[in-house]
Order: sequence, then C-alpha cells, then structure tokens
Amino acid sequence: MTAPATHSAAPAARRLPLPAFVDGTLLTLIAAAVILWFAPSGMGRYGTYVLSLWLVMSVAVMGLNLTLGYAGLKSLAQAAFMGIGAYATALLTSKVGLNWYASFAISGLLTFAVGLVLGFPALRVKAHYLAFVTLAFSTLIWLVLRNEQWLTGGVFGLSNIPRPSFFGLKLDGALPFHRFVVVVTFLLAVVLWWMIRSPWGRAFTALRENPIRAASLGIDTRMYTLLAFAIGSAYAGFAGALYAPLVEFIDPSPFSLSQSFFLLLMVVAGGAGYLLGPFIGALLGVVLPEWLRFAGSLYLIIFAAIVMLLLIACPQGMSGLLERGWAKLTGKKEGAR
Amino acid sequence: MNQVLEVSNLHKAFGGIKAVNGVSFKVNEGEILGIIGPNGCGKSTLFNCILGQLEPTEGAVKLDGRDVTNMRPSELNRLGVSRTFQLLQVFPELSVRENLILAGQEHEGSMLSRFFGPRDAGLSAKAEQMIGFFKLGHLAEAKAGGLSYGQQKLLDAAMAFMAGPRLVLLDEPAGGVNLTMLGDLKERLRAINAEQGATFVVIEHNMDFVMSLCSRVIVLAEGKVLAEGTPAEVRANPAVIEAYLGH
Repeated sequence: MTAPATHSAAPAARRLPLPAFVDGTLLTLIAAAVILWFAPSGMGRYGTYVLSLWLVMSVAVMGLNLTLGYAGLKSLAQAAFMGIGAYATALLTSKVGLNWYASFAISGLLTFAVGLVLGFPALRVKAHYLAFVTLAFSTLIWLVLRNEQWLTGGVFGLSNIPRPSFFGLKLDGALPFHRFVVVVTFLLAVVLWWMIRSPWGRAFTALRENPIRAASLGIDTRMYTLLAFAIGSAYAGFAGALYAPLVEFIDPSPFSLSQSFFLLLMVVAGGAGYLLGPFIGALLGVVLPEWLRFAGSLYLIIFAAIVMLLLIACPQGMSGLLERGWAKLTGKKEGAR
Repeated sequence: MNQVLEVSNLHKAFGGIKAVNGVSFKVNEGEILGIIGPNGCGKSTLFNCILGQLEPTEGAVKLDGRDVTNMRPSELNRLGVSRTFQLLQVFPELSVRENLILAGQEHEGSMLSRFFGPRDAGLSAKAEQMIGFFKLGHLAEAKAGGLSYGQQKLLDAAMAFMAGPRLVLLDEPAGGVNLTMLGDLKERLRAINAEQGATFVVIEHNMDFVMSLCSRVIVLAEGKVLAEGTPAEVRANPAVIEAYLGH
C-alpha cells in the first residue's frame, strides 16, 4: 500500500520486532527491490530494458514528486534536468574518461546547482506563472542540446556511452545493469523516504498547503522552496546519469518539453504527494504502453483513455485510489498525509 | 515594566487608500492588549505590517528595543513572535499532532539535525501537552481538515503556542467559535499568560471576550487610534460609542 509519507508507522511494522523507524513504505521498497532484482528472469533483453527504463523514469518522477507533489511548485523542466544529467554523464564518461560514479555525482551536483538557480523565480512567481518560467528553461535547454553540436553532437547525439563496472565486475549485459539500476533506484528512494518522513518533509508539505502560515511558524519558506527545486532537479540529473548508459546513445528528443509534460502526467497519475506514487506513475507511463502494443496503432488512444478515466475517478491518482481501497478493506479512515 | 513591542507612526497605503494611518502604541511584557474597531479599520493590516507580511509605507516596529521593521515572518517567529490569522490557517492534510510538531520544529536544532534527527524533532511530548491543554486529545491522529471550525480554531491557537513564544498576536480568535469553546479558549489564554508570562495582542469583535480578557484596549477607526485605555474607560468613551460600540 502506498502509505502517505508523513503517516505513522504501518500497523504491520508495529507488530514485528523491527527498529522504530521502519514503516510500511520502507518494507514495500525493500520487497519491491528484491522482486525487481529477480524479475527479469526469462524476460529477454527487451523486457529487461523496459524494466530498467521504468526504474530510471521513476527516479526522475520521484524528483518531480518532491517539487510538485510535496512542495507544490509547478515545474515543466524535469526532462530538461534529466537531459543535463544524461549529457553530463555521457560527456564525462565517454569523452573525459571519468568513471560513472564520479560522473553520477557531478551530474547530481550540476543539476542541483542549476535547480537552485531556477528555484529563485519560484520565490517571486507562483502556480502557472512559475510553470511558464520552467517551460522557457526547458525549451532553452532543448535548443542548447540540439544546436550546440560541438558539445552535444546536436541531432546526431552522443553514442558509445560506456556502462559502469562494480568492483571490477562489468555491467555491460542487460541483466547485470538492470540489477545495478535496481540498487541505485532503491538507495535514492530510501534517501527520499527518509527526507519526506523527517521534519523537512513536513516543511515541504506546509509549503504546498499554506506558505504564509508556514512562514509565520518559523519555516524558512525561501530555503525550503529552493531546496525542493534543487533536490527535485538533482533526482532528474541522477535519472539522466542512469539513462545515458542504459540506452548507450542519447539525442535531444527524450529531453524535450513534451517529455516534461509526460513526467508531470506520471506524477499526477501515480499520485502526487505519495512516496510510492512515482513508481506507479512511471509504470503507467513506461510499461503500460508496452503492454498495450497488442492494440497496434490504437495503443496510444487506449493509454490516453485509461489515464483520463483514472484521473476522473480519482484525482489523487493511483495511490489515492489504492489508499481509498485499503481504507475500505480495513475499515480505517484515510490517514493524514 | 519592559516593553516587548513598540509600534511607531506606522502607515500602510494601498494606492490612495490609507489602511493604517500613523498608528503608534506600546505593549508591555505580560500584558494582554486588545485591538478593536469596525470592519475595514486596518486591524489585520496593522498585524500584517508588524509581522512582516506586508511592507509598511512608513513607520517602525521594535521588538525588545530592536528594529524589526520589514523582517521576514519566519525570522520574527524565531525571535519569539507568533500569530494566528483571521481565517483558519491549519494544514488540512496533516494530523493534529503533525500540525503541532510542524509549528515547533523549526525552533529545534539546525537544518541538518532536522534532516538526520528524529522524525518528531523531539516534540512529541510537547505536542501531547498542547493537545491535552487545548482539549484535543481524542482528535490527535485526525486530519486537521476534518475538524469542526471551532476545533480548528483551538488547533490554530495551540500551534501559535508550540514554540513557547514571548509575544502572540491573535487575529479574531473567537470568530465563529461556540460559547463553550470560547470559554475554553479564554481560560487557556489566561493560563498561558499567567503561567508563562506570554504577552498577547488580540484583535477581536466579540466585546465580552475582549473586555473580560484584556487589561488594556486600543480602538482603531479609519486606520487611526481613536481611543486607548482600560476596558471600562473604552466602554465609556463617547467617541468609541459613536464610532463602534453603539448606544
């Protein structure tokens, strides 16, 4: 169950002899990581690739979920940040010869810094005005990726992006790299889980629900706004750093404005403000279209209809729907988020 | 007696409208000061100027003798100034307990310790105390958005006291609260004032509430101070009767 992030520990966790900080969300993350470690058995290269892509997109959506779902800041630049991370990692590993781990860290730091700068307009403009600022940024980054051929390869992109190794163990195969992605995604999800359940998470929620009241309670709304933007952007950078070696070739198209809208859709469809929402949203956005391929050219129409029906039935997304179902099943009221 | 708050010649204009027009007053430590006046006389604008939510056009605000004019609300709060709002301002998606912990957490430790430290920022015991004090015990785990108006008003007030403030500005705390809860609220405010020595400035339209709670009352009309004195003096002031209280 997608336990809301600021909810108390799940009853199941209370019954078991586990440390006090362990809750239902963490147990779900651990169980999911174990299942995903073994999931590709018998799936073949393409199936394994789709699973890895789902996780990579989940990381980008996790970041946007922090910015939008928790802190309430509307950003349309997540794919652009993912692009910055992907190109930084591709250039550093294939042109500079840096190892993937250092490139991953640099990609995160770079997108954190750019996100911090982009966060400043968020201190002055809100809602759809902020969305337009990030939309302009997204377009700018896409133009740079497409036109600065000397650096980015332009529309021809960058190829031969190496995959990392782990203590000398090559991760070139689809399965070893998938397992590597599982571990990195799990670690990033745990960091976010910890953050959201800490007082920071409560402050982010306060920022979304009532920034004026939050400020009157001593919450430095400027600091938390910038942090929400910067950390959310860094997660997109991390996703990009995983995406580049996964596909081994990048061009500007996956980092366009339409992809930012698609990431936004994943946040909303999965359940904004739910820690496990990004995984469900990315599942809908990445895996569902694959499952619908049997419908041939109709698959996008069916996919769009499913998403529309979902959002009409439950504006809180799949996580909200599951929460409602869980509440009915257990006879409990929906928890405070 | 120490002066906690000093407001000097405060002005706030919105275009050609002077919402606050040269208001000056002082608040002593441990005092409960009431501010009354007809709707639109500038009471809430005055609060917002004092608390950094609006930038005054002119004038100064001092806290313990220190100029805090235009200081950001979060910084003022960390100096021990708290407030409630005229309209309900709780966080509806958080539980009552989470609302209270949120109200105190930024006063505990540093940003890093709030990240790595305990989830409740060490405030669970304090939150329980406030929940008991404001008689919200049976609602501790409920979403704040699901409480009745009066219960949310009590929670709003409880949040203002979570960080142990020295000065609390209450904007119409009695508005929309039923008589039983109003009695509770007054009793709680008196107790905090007596036990913790907290200083209050209260905006209110409920005359019984103001006159029985406050030791001094300021009357505003058209953005200016019309009268000032004890509740009895204000009640008897002909100008106040004419402009606000009625015959």
